[in-house]
Amino acid sequence: MTEIHATGRSLPNRLDKPLKSAVLSWESLLVLVAVGIFILNSFASPYFLNAWSLSDLTFNFTEKALIALAMALLIISGEIDLSVAAIIALASTMMGLALQYGADTPTLVAVGVGVGILCGAFNGFLVTGLKLPSIVVTIGTMSLFRGIAFIVLGDQSFKGYPASFSWFGQGYVYWVISFELVLFLVCAVIYWVLLHRTNFGRRVFAIGNNDVAAQFSGVRVDRIKFILFCLTGLMSGIAAVLLTARLGSTRPSIAEGFELEAITMVVLGGVSILGGAGSIIGVVLAALIVGLVTFGLGLLNVPGIVMTIFTGSLLIVVIALPILFRMWRNRA
Amino acid sequence: MNRLLKHREIFLFLAILLVLVLVTARFPRFAQPGNLLTIFNDSSILIMLALGQMAVILTRSIDLSMAANLALTGMVVAMVNAAFPGVPVPLLIVMCIVVGGALGAFNGILVWKLEIPPIVVTLGTLTIFRGMVFVISGGAWVNAAQMSPDFISLQRTMFLGLPLLSWFAIVTALVFFLLMTRTPLGRALYAIGVNPTASVYTGINVGRTKFYAFVIAGAVAGLCGYLWISRYVIASVEVAGGYELTIIAACVIGGVSIAGGIGSVAGVLLGALFLGIINNALPVIGVSPFWQMAISGTAILLAVVLNARGERRHGRIILKKAEAV
Repeated sequence: MTEIHATGRSLPNRLDKPLKSAVLSWESLLVLVAVGIFILNSFASPYFLNAWSLSDLTFNFTEKALIALAMALLIISGEIDLSVAAIIALASTMMGLALQYGADTPTLVAVGVGVGILCGAFNGFLVTGLKLPSIVVTIGTMSLFRGIAFIVLGDQSFKGYPASFSWFGQGYVYWVISFELVLFLVCAVIYWVLLHRTNFGRRVFAIGNNDVAAQFSGVRVDRIKFILFCLTGLMSGIAAVLLTARLGSTRPSIAEGFELEAITMVVLGGVSILGGAGSIIGVVLAALIVGLVTFGLGLLNVPGIVMTIFTGSLLIVVIALPILFRMWRNRA
Repeated sequence: MNRLLKHREIFLFLAILLVLVLVTARFPRFAQPGNLLTIFNDSSILIMLALGQMAVILTRSIDLSMAANLALTGMVVAMVNAAFPGVPVPLLIVMCIVVGGALGAFNGILVWKLEIPPIVVTLGTLTIFRGMVFVISGGAWVNAAQMSPDFISLQRTMFLGLPLLSWFAIVTALVFFLLMTRTPLGRALYAIGVNPTASVYTGINVGRTKFYAFVIAGAVAGLCGYLWISRYVIASVEVAGGYELTIIAACVIGGVSIAGGIGSVAGVLLGALFLGIINNALPVIGVSPFWQMAISGTAILLAVVLNARGERRHGRIILKKAEAV
């Protein structure tokens, strides 16, 4: 008889001892992978071990990783948002539009972040208010949001952002520590506290494990899911500000494919795609790994499209290995 | 009206008619049979891909790698054709189906044997397949001059008044109709989507059936690889980039439930045609093609709202019966 895995969760009879579970945890596997890639990188290229190279490395993943933080919570709650890259495109376009009307830097940032939150709220309303499956809703809004960007921009682009605005994507807080990196670390801490140390985070896990049971235990499932969609929109808006500031221009095709990379980071970070399990530390490590891999390959002049093979394989292999290991152990 | 809404196919058919009437009111030439056949021909590839995707979605899975599979298989066949122009095209088509099916089988094995969620598997293979296109081609294009005349002309050959491309879509739709309604495999695909646990108890091997669904989707994507390349006469890394979501959109508009178990060949056919007609009508009525994306996004959202209505009503009826007993 085949065993049925209707959900990704299983309850063990007895918990492992703390040390054993820490050593065997997903996070320590990720640390090993990260250290391994770091060492490989420093052997592969003489330019890698340099403060400025390592600083450049962080630009590679911070924008996507910011989204991945919020996406992690969303996926833990059992939903998904495929429209994040399209939200970036729309928010960036609206910032460009505001610029045409002479908006200053604070207004630009407010527009970007505001559009992000609105888009997230729209997704949240469709999913929780109209009870629609999030995967299809966000495929739809993905076309809609980016579609609006295309309607506004066509084959044109917005340029000429002020220097004070560019600082968000290109500036350094201290020496080689970029603003993007600091913002990411601060957000990572906030999301860690939110998910692992608050009632809100506990409810997110509860919803992901069994939303009906959560509802009956007094958790306002819809409200929390709505907030999570707004958070994902907010982070996409912030990513839009950073990316637009870094590139210095807006095209409707901006940030294409970001949604898949953000989801890759989340899943690689050990978040169950079926909901109910995951940790922020894992997601941060996974973001670092993706950044290390792409940056290391970049130093070796490997074209971007070939790098995607590595990210894709990494995703499948890292997920498959523990499963193969478990199958092998059960057989023995 | 409510009865009509329940039958997705009729509703979609009316929606398509409405678009046709609206456009034709201003541009009488739009609804001429010749133009309609052209639209069908333009939609043929999407119809086939959406049918393949339906087989997967029915089983509560999803295949995000179809467009990348199409690009990879298309590049393989284009390079074979450029290197060995003597190989007959029908043989190349068989090769496409085999290569595409093998790529689909790779997805299927991971879903079946390792029980990795399909969305994760195909997210990974999407990037892998797309990257492989670059690796095997070295980033170069295969253009019309390198392809043999047969390779380009086959799908344009007229047969009973229709290009062969249209016939490919018609035959595929017929095969899928028979598969879904007349075979144990088709029944199993629906059964798994409705209730995987119950399917196991009725003797259906859930994992293996999902595997077959992925092989079917892969084979269709492979076949479309040849059709796409020979239609647009260019093979490059960017072929069908982002098209995976258009395929899913056609399914959703056609009434396929993303939760599995619900969907019909006729619905998917009309869903793909609906997108095809919209795309053809926009330039005619003078709307910039840049509107296309936003409009199909809106169409998807409307379709999901309608799907949800239909499914919820279905659930309520069952409950009422239970109360009566």
